[in-house]
Formats: sequence, structure tokens, C-alpha cells
Amino acid sequence: MNELTKLTAKDFATDQEVRWCPGCGDYAVLKAVQRTMPELGAKPENTVFISGIGCSSRFPYYMETYGFHTIHGRAPAIATGVKLANPDLDVWIITGDGDALSIGGNHTMHVLRRNLDCQILLFNNEIYGLTKGQYSPTSRAGTRSPSTPYGSVDRPANPCAFALGSGARFVARGIDVSKHLPDVLKAAYAHKGAAFVEIYQNCIVYNDDVFAPFTAKENAGKQLWLKTGEPMLFDGGAKGIALDVETLSLRVVDVTDGDWQSAGVLVHNPQNKALAQMLVEMPSDIFPVALGVIFDSPAPTFESAVVEQNKAAAAGKAPNLQALVSKGQSWQVEKEPRAE
Amino acid sequence: MATATHIVTPEESEPHGPLEAVVVRFAGDSGDGMQLTGGQFTLSTALAGNDLATFPDFPAEIRAPQGTTFGVSAFQINFGSSAIETAGDAPDVLVAMNPAALKVNVASLKPGGLIIADEGEFGARNLAKAGYDANPLDDGSLAKWQLIKFNISQLTLDAVKPFGLGNKEALRCKNMWTLGLALWMFDRDRGPIEDWLKTKFAKAPELAEANIAALNAGHAFGETAEIGGPLKQHHIDPAPAEPGLYRTITGAESISLGLVAGTQLAGLKMFFGGYPITPASAILHHLSRLKEYDVTTFQAEDEIAAIASAIGASFAGSLGVTSSSGPGIALKGEAMGLAIMTELPLVIVNSQRGGPSTGLPTKTEQSDLYQAVYGRNGDAPMPVISARSPADAFDCAIEAVRIAVQYMTPVMLLTDGYIANAAEPWKVPDMGGYAPFPVTFHDERPAEGEQVLAYKRDDKRARVWIKPGSEGLMHRIGGIEKNVKTGHIDYNPDNHQAMTDMRAAKVMGVADTIPDQDVTLGEAGSKLAVVGWGSTFGPIHQAVRRARKQGLDVSHVHIRHIWPLPKNLGELLATYDRIIIPEMNNGQLKTLLRDQYLVDAKPVLKVSGQPFMIAEIEAAIDEALNA
Repeated sequence: MNELTKLTAKDFATDQEVRWCPGCGDYAVLKAVQRTMPELGAKPENTVFISGIGCSSRFPYYMETYGFHTIHGRAPAIATGVKLANPDLDVWIITGDGDALSIGGNHTMHVLRRNLDCQILLFNNEIYGLTKGQYSPTSRAGTRSPSTPYGSVDRPANPCAFALGSGARFVARGIDVSKHLPDVLKAAYAHKGAAFVEIYQNCIVYNDDVFAPFTAKENAGKQLWLKTGEPMLFDGGAKGIALDVETLSLRVVDVTDGDWQSAGVLVHNPQNKALAQMLVEMPSDIFPVALGVIFDSPAPTFESAVVEQNKAAAAGKAPNLQALVSKGQSWQVEKEPRAE
Repeated sequence: MATATHIVTPEESEPHGPLEAVVVRFAGDSGDGMQLTGGQFTLSTALAGNDLATFPDFPAEIRAPQGTTFGVSAFQINFGSSAIETAGDAPDVLVAMNPAALKVNVASLKPGGLIIADEGEFGARNLAKAGYDANPLDDGSLAKWQLIKFNISQLTLDAVKPFGLGNKEALRCKNMWTLGLALWMFDRDRGPIEDWLKTKFAKAPELAEANIAALNAGHAFGETAEIGGPLKQHHIDPAPAEPGLYRTITGAESISLGLVAGTQLAGLKMFFGGYPITPASAILHHLSRLKEYDVTTFQAEDEIAAIASAIGASFAGSLGVTSSSGPGIALKGEAMGLAIMTELPLVIVNSQRGGPSTGLPTKTEQSDLYQAVYGRNGDAPMPVISARSPADAFDCAIEAVRIAVQYMTPVMLLTDGYIANAAEPWKVPDMGGYAPFPVTFHDERPAEGEQVLAYKRDDKRARVWIKPGSEGLMHRIGGIEKNVKTGHIDYNPDNHQAMTDMRAAKVMGVADTIPDQDVTLGEAGSKLAVVGWGSTFGPIHQAVRRARKQGLDVSHVHIRHIWPLPKNLGELLATYDRIIIPEMNNGQLKTLLRDQYLVDAKPVLKVSGQPFMIAEIEAAIDEALNA
């Protein structure tokens, strides 16, 4: 590809017919990703999209990059092999709430703790769409579904809290149709290491409007878009998040005339893990939903450590197959020893 | 010094004539270092030029309670001046380091065989732990064997006294004392063992010295103590062997080396994804030290991630390899299907062990043949190769790599716990004699307006292998059925039929590039063929050799390529009047061969976690010929 040729969203779209339900939030995410790729300077030939199983996992078929639609839950493991085999590739993992947190929970945990350099986009629609509507590990308690006709009784997992608990060094949230999503994607791409992005994605067929309490236009005041070095304000700046020192927990404070300082509103520092943990676990009653880059604190990546160790271990040793097979204590048989 | 209390018949006490082969079993507590003793005795045996085969037999528990029967660890070695192919049926010599070791092992000792016991360990407590009411060394219950007992523990303590070790550490040198005695018995050089001890304890020279002192004391004991009777020195002549450089090798080592050689011959980097499991872990351990051969090893979070990462690496242009044992292979099943569907090269090593479920982790079995050939959802054909011995596993690993890259397919290499752990002499191959089979990645960009055809095939029906990173060749693959031409998703009924046929034909086509089945010993058209696969090679070969010496019309056919089978196999089998198939399972190859060729093959089965004895196969041959 000529370096001077400016790519567009179209260059990242395949000729394959997109097969999601009309109105699915996945379309919006696909568009946002295709639009963002040129801005990242991403090269299609150096980019690999890897997915597991689920509605969102069809994603790679629609990206004009290298792509691998794998098996349920295993995308992080496949991605680990791809990245270790060729660390120069840009690896994106596309997954969902069931794929990443139920059947593939183990791999999600380990790819995060190892800090493989990749972007993980978890499309959270709080439902199993592809299998026709069963409740998922992120479904709220009481969710009625074909497999839980009387309502689910188990408590849901919180994807971002799971990621932080697994040792993720980058945790962010976005909304499928939000105009801020490209910025979140850019921040994830810029982060060297495993970048975990939870995207609230509306399933129009099986779980429509489950996020409406904060995504609907009239509820936009419930969105807290975090920006580094800026106060945590929401509801048009009328409210903010402060720290209750007594209980060591967050609380909502009113802000009058923009004087957030005297209201004690916190300034966002994405390197503060304790704060990140509190932000992702804010209850949904009077609190807003924390969005944008919640935690961003880079650490050395897994594949670079592997490459370095391989290099160091191989240093000064010339590969020689004949010497290798001859290693160890050996003996020479000169001739037939029992000639008698 | 005590001598045996029982009466040994004159015949029994006669020294053996010039010995052709001897079977020695070292048995003790898991903490007694019997595997080390056996390993070093093996080395000295190899250096003496004897042919040999070994059988390490240890408990699944890492440190079972001391002195118990389930904590007994044993190492058997068969060595001699003629070709040795099994670890031997019954030992001639049993070294028993405690009552439990005696109890577990004595029954298999040959009548008239020699027991060397450490009487220092035969106190009331240890006797009770082993379940003995009376001391077997004194009560005459061992009368059918020859017995020598002395206090190895005390003799060791005396020998290492100058080094000021604690009692526990000093007693740890017991195994070297025992080894020293064994080296004397078989007229062996102590030099290499001393060198090994110095290297092993480089950081603690006093331990090296103490162990060497124990080794020398054991040796001197044999030399100077006038024990007489059954303890005497034997010399076993070197076995005839082709001239060349030799070393000992275990299956786990030879598979590791073969995988490295194979990937180098293919001109690829290797990515090995593994998860610890007995008895397969040794392959991960070996490969993790070979970074200079472009080997990346990855200890994954589970068996599924191990194979999945290997598939990812193959997609990215390395050769993905994974290894496990039965339970782990079961977990990898779905991912094998993905590799079959996406037609990516992959080598899966299965070190079989006793099953089902956790089964017998440290014991051997060959009961995963069905799993290898049939064990996946859908019509999911995959080539399967089986190694017959530790040395043979080297070539099998290279062959597995060749088939994987030339046919763009996962390949399963079957080995087993016996092969993985056992050692045998190996004539170091001349690597120049192996023809390279370099891989060519597809890098030709399609013409403007044309699609990338990722499922375009060559004359072997292998699809093109495109490395991500290649400009203009972006494409998507996955587990959903592919269009036979474009590789795009395609649910069309005719297309699925065509792709199913294609996958089957591709794998069957492997038979075009494997050798015809040979008759391992004997000829086509005998009255009886003994057909085997895998590690039953040794006992079958020896049994058939003995039968033929007696003039019986029997031949041995040993199959390496389990799937696809060699093209001439059906024809060859049809030439025999009768066929028996000894297997360490409930008749799996038998089913496969009956299904493929409608032959009336009769099973000879053993599923005890222990290898076949030669005598068992000989009996089966007699029975089959007389039936």
C-alpha cells in the first residue's frame, strides 16, 4: 500500500453482505471501527480481527483485513498465538458477553493478566442473541428468557470490574451509537498492551432498550464521559462525582454555577486503579454510568517479554541440528564388536 | 553381613553362564531416587555398548507417604549383548530398598532370581506399613528366590560420614551406594557417573563428594566383601550394532528433537502451546530450552488455549504444535475441528495413558486410537501416525510435520507413557540424509478486481497458506463451512457435500506420499500375521522372532500410519491365513482393520496399564496357530 494513499472507511469494508438483524447495534460499532481505522493509520494487511462465536463474532467477515472467526470463547487464546508468532500484527479481538465472560471467561482473564498487546471489544448486550435469547452472564437478576421463564436468579458479572480484577491495564466503556466511540477506540489502539473496551450494544430483538435508562436521548444526563484531567461532571454539568472520605466511596454532588471545585468533584486520573474500580462499580440508582477511558496505565507487554527472553536464551547459540541430535553422553561403535 | 536363610537349589545357585541379557529392577520409595539410579545405570549400560530398553514405573503421587506400597517407584532395565526390544518380562535381579518395594515387586521376579534388600529399612514400622506381619527376609517366605541382604542405609551413612551431612541428607546417598554395587556387578565404569554427579551438584561440591563416596563404597563393597553365593560379577559383551555414534534417548526427547528437525526442514518457526499433563509435559520441558531453533513455547491457561494458540500461530505462519494426553486431547477436540475446517497445519502429540477420565496417569495404554481417528464432531478426517519406540518417534515427528504442512491439515502423533519415559540407545541420525520440504507461502496478489482465493488448492488438494502481513491478500477464515471456490461462508447443501468430500479426499490422499506397508519380520503369506501398532512393537517383535526360531510360520506387521492406512495394507493382510492384533486397549485397531478390509482379525488384549510381556504374545501366537 502506498504510504501516501489516504485510506477511507470503505477500504476497510468487505464485499460480504452484513447479516445482522436490521437495527442491531452491531452495525453502528462496525461503522465506527471502519471509520476509525484510517485515522489510526492502520494497514489492512497488518491488521487481524479475531472473534469467537456469537452475533458480534461475525464482525471479522466485514473487515477488509485478515480475519479469523474461531470457536466459542477461544478468541483470546487464538489471538495469543497469532501475536506471539508475529508481534508486528495489530490484533483486535471481537467478543460478546457470553463469549468473553461465560464460555471464554478463563481466556479473557489470562489474556488480560498477561497483557498481550491487543484491543478487546466486548459487545455487551446482556443476552444470548445468536441462540435466540437466553439470559447471559451480564443479564440483570430477574431477566425472563426462554431458559429462565420465571426470571434469572443469578447475579450478573460486571465486565469492567472483571477486567480490572484480572489485571487489565486499560479499561474503557462506550455505547454502540455514541459519537464518542471512535475516541474510545483510538485510545484503546494507542495503549500498548491489552486494551479492554466494553461496548453497550442494543439487541433489538431479544433485549431491546435494556440500556435505555442511560442511552436514550432523554436520559443522556446519566452518562459520565470521563476525560483525563477534567472534572467528573454529568447531567449537563449540574452534577458531579465526589469522594466520601468517611466511607471511602463515591457520591453524587450538585454543582451550581459550574463551581465544581467547591462541590469537591473529582478530577479524572486514568492511572488511579482504586478510582477506576469505584467508577466501574457505581450502582445504577442515582449514579451515572462511567464511560470513556476509565483506566489506562501501561505495563510491559507479554509478547515483548517472550521475544526478549527468546532472544536472550538463543544469544550466542548457533542452531545446528546435527549437534542438537548428538547432544548428551554418546558413544562410538567402531565396528561389529563380536566378530568371533 | 547376612546371607540368605533359605535353601537355594544347586541349580539356582549356579552362576549364569555367559549372559546374553539381564533384567534388573530397582525398586524403592518415591523419595529414594530410583528413577535417577535407573537413569544413570542406563547411561552406563549404553556406554558399555549393550543394547537396552527401560521401563520406568512410578506412582502418580509426587510424595506418597513414605514406606507405603502405593509410594513405590521402580525402574526396570533389560540389557544384553543381542538386540533388546522390550524392558524384559520378569526381572533377574530385584533391588528392594524397603519392605514395600519388595512386596510390590517380588512376585514378578523370575524363580531363582536374585533379591538384594536393604535390611536396614526392614524395621517393624516399615514392615507394618508394607503390610508384612513377619520380616520376609527372615521367615523363609522368599525361598524360591536367592536373597542377599545387608544394611545399605548404615553402609551409606558410614561411607559419607566424613562429609558432615545431616542424617536425612546422608541417607539420600543410598541410591548412589546401590548404583555403585550394581556397577560392580556388571563390570561398569564409574567415571561417567562421577562426572554427572559433579555437574549435578556443581553448586554444592560437598554433596557431589558425598554421593561419589557412596558410589565408590557400593562398588568397593562388591569388590572386596566376600559375599560369595549369588552375588557375583558378570560381564555382558557389547551388543552388535551398526557402526556409528550412539546416545540414549527417551520418547519425549526424540519427539521434541523430531519436531524441531521437522520445522527446520520445512523452513518454519515452531510455536508450541502446551498445558502440563502427565506424561506429556516432558515435551514442553524439552522444547522450552531450544529457543535458538526458532521455537516459541507457551504454557497456556488450559488445554483448549494450548491448541487454540497453536492454531493462531499457524494462521500467522508458524507451525503450531500442541501436546497432551487423553483427557487433554478430549478438551482439544473442538479446536481440532477448527483446524480441519480452516485447513491449517498443526501437529498434535498424544502421549497416551491409562483411561478413561483421569484413569492411570503414570501408566501406559494405547486406548486413544478411536479418539485420534474418529473423536471429533462432524466428518472430521485427520491423519494419524503412531511411534513404535523412543528412537522411532524422531522420524514419526518429522513425518507428522511434513504431512501437516504439505497437506494443510492437523496431524495427530500417537505415542504413549511407555515410549515417553523409556530410554533406548539411538544411532544418531545424519541430518544431511533428511530431504528438506520447504514451505512456500502464497504471496501472489490477485489481479485488480479479482478476489483472494484462500481455498485455492494444489495437486495434493492442500489450500494455499497466506501469511497475515502479506499485502493485498487479506482474507477471512473460520469454522463455518466455506465456499469450495472462494472460501467465503456458504451454507449451500451442494457446497457442504463438496467440501466434506474434499476434506476426506485430501486426507486419504496422504496415502500417496507414505511408504507401502512392509512386513516387519517374516513375509507375506504366512499362516499367521501378528499385526501391531505403537509401543507393542518390542514384545511382538521378540515373540515373533522366537516363534520363527521354533519354525513357526508367523510374521510381524507393524503399522505406523494409522490414518490413512498404507495403500497396500488390505492386500497384504489378505495373504495371511490368520491375523491377531495385540493391543493395550479393548480392540481398537482390530475394529479399524475389520472395518476397512473385512478381515477376520482376532484381538489379543491387555488393559492393565503395563506393557505386554513377550511370553504373553508367544502364548497368543501358539493359541492362534493351534486354534
